[in-house]
Amino acid sequence: MTLLIFEQFLNGLQIGLLLFLLAAGLTLVFGIMDMVNLAHGSLYMMGAYFAAVFVQWTDSFILGAILALPAGMLLGVATEYVALRNLYARDHLDQVLATFGLILFFNEFARLIFGAGGMAIELPELLAGQIEILPGLPYPTYRFAIIAMGLLCAGFLYLLVQKTRLGMLIRAGASNREMVGALGVDIKLLFTLVFGLGSALAALAGLMSGPISTVQIGMGDNVLILCFVVIVIGGLGSIRGAFVAAVLVGVLETMGRAFLPNILGSFLNPSEAGTLAQALSSMLVYILMSGVLVLRPAGLFPAPGR
Amino acid sequence: MSSPQMNQPVLRVRELVKRFGGLVATDNVSLDILRGEVHAIIGPNGAGKTTLIGQLIGELTPDSGSVEFMGRDITALPVHARSHLGLARSFQITSIFLDFTALQNVALAVQAHDGHSFRFWQKAMDDPALLEPAHAALAQVGLGHRADIVTSALSHGEHRQLELAMALATKPQLLLLDEPMAGMGPEDSARMVDMLRGLKGKVSILLIEHDMEAVFALADRISVLVYGRAIATDTPDAIRRNEQVRQAYLGEEAPV
Amino acid sequence: MLKSASLRFSVSTGVALLLLLALALVPVAAEVFDDPFLLTLFTRIVILALAAVSLNLILGYGGMVSFGHAAFIGVGGYAIGILAKHEIYAAWIQWPVALLMSALFALLIGLLSLRTRGIFFIMITLALSQLVYYLANGAYAYGGDDGLTILKRSDFGGLISLSDRPSFYYLCWALLALSLYLTHRLVNSRFGMVLRGAKSNDRRMAAIGFPVLRYRLTAFVIAGTVCGLAGVLLANHTDFVSPAMIHWTRSGDLIVMVVLGGMGSLFGPLFGAVGYLALEEILSSYTEYWKLLFGPLLVLVILFARGGIDGALGRGHGGILLGIIGGFFLLHGVHLYYDDAWAVPAALLMGAVGLVGLMQWLRLRKARKAGETP
Repeated sequence: MTLLIFEQFLNGLQIGLLLFLLAAGLTLVFGIMDMVNLAHGSLYMMGAYFAAVFVQWTDSFILGAILALPAGMLLGVATEYVALRNLYARDHLDQVLATFGLILFFNEFARLIFGAGGMAIELPELLAGQIEILPGLPYPTYRFAIIAMGLLCAGFLYLLVQKTRLGMLIRAGASNREMVGALGVDIKLLFTLVFGLGSALAALAGLMSGPISTVQIGMGDNVLILCFVVIVIGGLGSIRGAFVAAVLVGVLETMGRAFLPNILGSFLNPSEAGTLAQALSSMLVYILMSGVLVLRPAGLFPAPGR
Repeated sequence: MSSPQMNQPVLRVRELVKRFGGLVATDNVSLDILRGEVHAIIGPNGAGKTTLIGQLIGELTPDSGSVEFMGRDITALPVHARSHLGLARSFQITSIFLDFTALQNVALAVQAHDGHSFRFWQKAMDDPALLEPAHAALAQVGLGHRADIVTSALSHGEHRQLELAMALATKPQLLLLDEPMAGMGPEDSARMVDMLRGLKGKVSILLIEHDMEAVFALADRISVLVYGRAIATDTPDAIRRNEQVRQAYLGEEAPV
Repeated sequence: MLKSASLRFSVSTGVALLLLLALALVPVAAEVFDDPFLLTLFTRIVILALAAVSLNLILGYGGMVSFGHAAFIGVGGYAIGILAKHEIYAAWIQWPVALLMSALFALLIGLLSLRTRGIFFIMITLALSQLVYYLANGAYAYGGDDGLTILKRSDFGGLISLSDRPSFYYLCWALLALSLYLTHRLVNSRFGMVLRGAKSNDRRMAAIGFPVLRYRLTAFVIAGTVCGLAGVLLANHTDFVSPAMIHWTRSGDLIVMVVLGGMGSLFGPLFGAVGYLALEEILSSYTEYWKLLFGPLLVLVILFARGGIDGALGRGHGGILLGIIGGFFLLHGVHLYYDDAWAVPAALLMGAVGLVGLMQWLRLRKARKAGETP
């Protein structure tokens, strides 16, 4: 039983880490540029689609993934240049609406180019199997790889934010944007870099999730809301907060989905229990967010000065 | 100078303390505002004047100490409730309703004190109960002829006048004026000083100002705030002569 | 720019009244041209316009960016659906229950969210409506994510038969017109002034003595209830309710309608709903990838056409543009569906709008040249 719980915990961790990658990009953009970017989910989707296409072309998962990352990042930077640049000065409502329009565009664009059906990404043999991470607990290699990759990225981001000059600017910008500009930093360049980083993270999350969930139109929309929930819980502009909140949300939802049907199944019939369990485990996350907003409106780890 | 009979404190501040992290913005400030007096607070920038005002009107909660208004402890009372007790405030950085006309701005202030606003049918701007006091308040500050102009089209000086009109429209016992002459040229400032002088005795005024001429022309008493502490409270002459104050703030430029 | 939401004759008012008149004639047109689809389409447009009117109250006038407004359509609709499932069809039971439930949901959501501002408010309303969405998805007894079919429409006894499409349409139309009038009175009343003042500067509102929260909450509940009414109508219209009605992209659609039409203007939601849905209908007949055009169009409107349709009408050149585009589309689009006879009155209507727009533009130009501020 404990092995089962641990396994589900790992699944939750895996989902949480993917969510973290996505949320980190979003919280960076929001924290530094004070911009709400609903199209972030579209970059996630496009990352997955790029990976699917490149994997098909090169017949290699690794190569496809490696190519998809810069492609996604370029797309993000291009979007920023063409559309989002004009939105920095606008209020949040305008940003929400304009990026909502971008979501519509990207969804249709993907439909036009890749077709309405989904795409699948095949895993190479190396990653398709299972490994025994604990005696008696075989675990899918790929999921484990995601966890490893996610933790690696988290570590990289930590080093970037805490130990480098760019990271210092990011932390400063999250606390006080005007000051950073007044310090003589090239704000436009900083913004583009931050946005590029965020897009890369989104594309990475997308391409990594491709093999385990179908690559399809609109896959970004649902994840996006979860993403916002994560950064609200974690605290706007805080990477650390995004990490904690994402893992929390991932584990909560996964454990809920895994164990609620059994709990409910003891007094409801299986299909009803299944439907209700799924709804409840999704609701848990929003209840958590509501709770955080009531008790700690600035989030769990708010950037100081906010 | 103020007459002895008007000597009940309308506002009592007792040992007010406010910290932001390691910074002590308000350091054990105690002061009394007597009924009918004009009490000025002066001090260098960063002395904590705005933080003090924030605690007096309820936007900030002090860490310790108390604020008593008209004999009532208001330390924890929300902002809107203080307005109903008779405390009115004007903002240092103009904070008015830019998409409304000057008349609508003041009418809103009148409306706030005319019972509840759960009235859904009658057109508010046709109601004489709102319009008459609003016109009166505008006339009082000299904006009567600009009543129907949208405030975004008014000049900065007129904005400052409107600030005052809105505060006056709530028929306050105590006016908290946060740098009413901020950004005004000499003519507008002189007009404002005359206007405020006309209010002396009718309403108690707590005046925060940098314009020393205005302060010494209007104040009955002056308190000096430096690094969050009130280092002196006395009549203007005494303050002018106070060695500590001269060193800390007035320096060579004190009007003699 | 507007001093008050006034019904003084203005271009917007004129166009809106024309539009309402045209809408009133839809059942007649559907009859004359034997095209029931026309009636179905416009019933949906009128109902969503009602929802947009309710959102405009809190978003346009109140400054509360609620990204979860579609939840109330769902609550109202599901109330009807659930009662119908239990074979309660009497309107005098169904409708008050639906409205009461909508009001209660609005009260709850408002209490939870109105203490937050800005992006937090947007996110929490979004999240709370997702909660309702998942609730509907999980309600296996009432169809879950397949939705719930309604076998019989609300029964008004002998008063009116909702199954009679023209009668139903006129009921919806009347409710829309009523909501517009009531909004007009509301936003100019004392309550409305508080709401609008709070949107403009809520710090000042507190300073002059208004306990703003209770007024915002009241407005939120009113808006939620009216939107619930739209849900009731929609349920009766489609004979079906499903969680898809509550999805956050539906809330996004409503916001788009309000903004496109002109936030905080009286007839904005009317223009926005008609414009958005008609545009959707027309564009989708050209290409199934119409959203490809619509997305960037939305971005452009946000960036450059503040004030939406209502603002553009006020400036005159918007009216001209609308007149030309509308005329072209209606002529061309109408051609696809109906015979030529219909094109003539439609073109005349659009031409009238265009002419008024031209006059407005000339008038403003003359005023600018004379040095007056328009």
